[in-house]
Amino acid sequence: MKALVAVKRVIDYNVKIRVKADKTGVETANVKMSMNPFDEIAVEEALRLREAGIIEEVIAVSLGVAQCQETIRTALAMGADRGVLVETTAELQPLAVAKLLKAVIVQEGPEIVIIGKQAIDDDCNQTGQMLSALLGWPQATFASKLKISDGHAEVTREVDGGLETVAIKLPAVITTDLRLNEPRYASLPNIMRAKKKPITTTTPEALGVDVTPRLVVLKVEEPPKRQGGHKVGSVAELVDKLKTEARVI
Amino acid sequence: MAALVVAEHDNAALKPATLNAVAAAKEIAGEGVDILVAGKDCRAVAEAASVVAGVRRVLLADDGAYDHGLAENVAPLLVRLAEGYSHLLAPATTSGKNLMPRVAALLDVMQISDISAVVSPDTFVRPIYAGNALQTVQSKDPIKVITVRGTAFPPGEATGGSAAIEAIAPTGSAGLSEFVRAELSKSERPELTSARIIISGGRGMQSGDNFHLLERVADRLGAAVGASRAAVDAGFVPNDYQVGQTGKIVAPELYIAVGISGAIQHLAGMKDSKVIVAINKDEEAPIFQIADYGLVGDLFKILPELDAELERRQ
Repeated sequence: MKALVAVKRVIDYNVKIRVKADKTGVETANVKMSMNPFDEIAVEEALRLREAGIIEEVIAVSLGVAQCQETIRTALAMGADRGVLVETTAELQPLAVAKLLKAVIVQEGPEIVIIGKQAIDDDCNQTGQMLSALLGWPQATFASKLKISDGHAEVTREVDGGLETVAIKLPAVITTDLRLNEPRYASLPNIMRAKKKPITTTTPEALGVDVTPRLVVLKVEEPPKRQGGHKVGSVAELVDKLKTEARVI
Repeated sequence: MAALVVAEHDNAALKPATLNAVAAAKEIAGEGVDILVAGKDCRAVAEAASVVAGVRRVLLADDGAYDHGLAENVAPLLVRLAEGYSHLLAPATTSGKNLMPRVAALLDVMQISDISAVVSPDTFVRPIYAGNALQTVQSKDPIKVITVRGTAFPPGEATGGSAAIEAIAPTGSAGLSEFVRAELSKSERPELTSARIIISGGRGMQSGDNFHLLERVADRLGAAVGASRAAVDAGFVPNDYQVGQTGKIVAPELYIAVGISGAIQHLAGMKDSKVIVAINKDEEAPIFQIADYGLVGDLFKILPELDAELERRQ
């Protein structure tokens, strides 16, 4: 059994983003890029399944500009076996990503697809659900625990009121939440080894997928700044202000 | 223009997040707002939905397949209903986020996630980068599939309406997934996403046991108790307490952050609160920059004092 993980190249989560002056987007020039943290969790989970003998191969897929190879190399350094890059300079929205992933999945035949529940750049939280819909597969989103046994997955999901467990048939798409695992760091020997692992490259055209964006971004702006910074000297003053000035208690 | 709002419920009660989504739907479609209640033995929910102010019609799909809102079973129902609507909306709760992208993909349209404002029926504002930027997007798709950030739309009135309830035929089970069990947190306190006052603890609380200090103040104020991701990661409280980019997005009248430094990821979940109070011993903590009222000091002294002061002045 094979597992496929999708890894997105995003602005590193430690970078404080800057909105471009012309409001067309967010500054990405000379900004540190990394793998989407939720996708790191996906890679880790797939590696653990391989180490447990449940799957034999982990394929890491990334979609976008040529530099997405680096994101794939990170997954390979963590331990993934090989990579697939769908290379394009076009803007890719979740529906297009789901269609491209479906095309790769039809070629590769994995039975488990694990991806992050959302990317920390566009915060869409769509791709996994869309992919499973297009494949006609079940979905288990926001997973915090995953158990695989004879053709089924039992998945515990983080939901608003607590936890929910579902049983789904394989093949299936699973999206990761934070507490599923703690991703490993790639060791230096593994980083060196990853350079020799194969990455195949394809394109949306070769996969026969129309990636035309359905949403047009009209502008990107900074949110209104909050005026804060006032201090009070005592608990009594705080309660007083909340009662008479803010009138919220 | 007609909009269908997917009701958030537990088969017994209509969840308040539905009312925020109805408010967004009204901005888009005016009087043409319907509510879908899909569940099992959920007539009471449909009745609650039928009196929501300004709702035209309630569609009731009552079937075992919809019992736990499994996306594989509910999505085909929405796809069948989509023909009659220009917009399909759901609250951006875990159930809405789970369901709606599946619906969108089956309809071959992009979803517009977590909208915070309606500019026009095809143009919406949504936060990106954990709310550090706001994106205005225009949808070119024939049907708009949308999830709604509840805190951005004041809830509509829960009563005053008199919509007809129309039972509709179910689409059955897709046979792909099954509900196994739920472990839901039981609490007498209000839910985080609909509470008027929230008091949250961070790593500064030092242990889960110390949360009882927060709980006493919470009960005094009728508040919900939340936590930062650091407190959740440290195992002090369960994950469903988490407020932040990776937890719940809240915007109460009053948010009291105790022992929380103010990481970007936490601010993303609470910075739209009306009034923010920060209690922290580190006066350089970033949380003070956005707090309306900051109090520097030891929370283990301040919380009992606050409890006593609130009692005295009640």
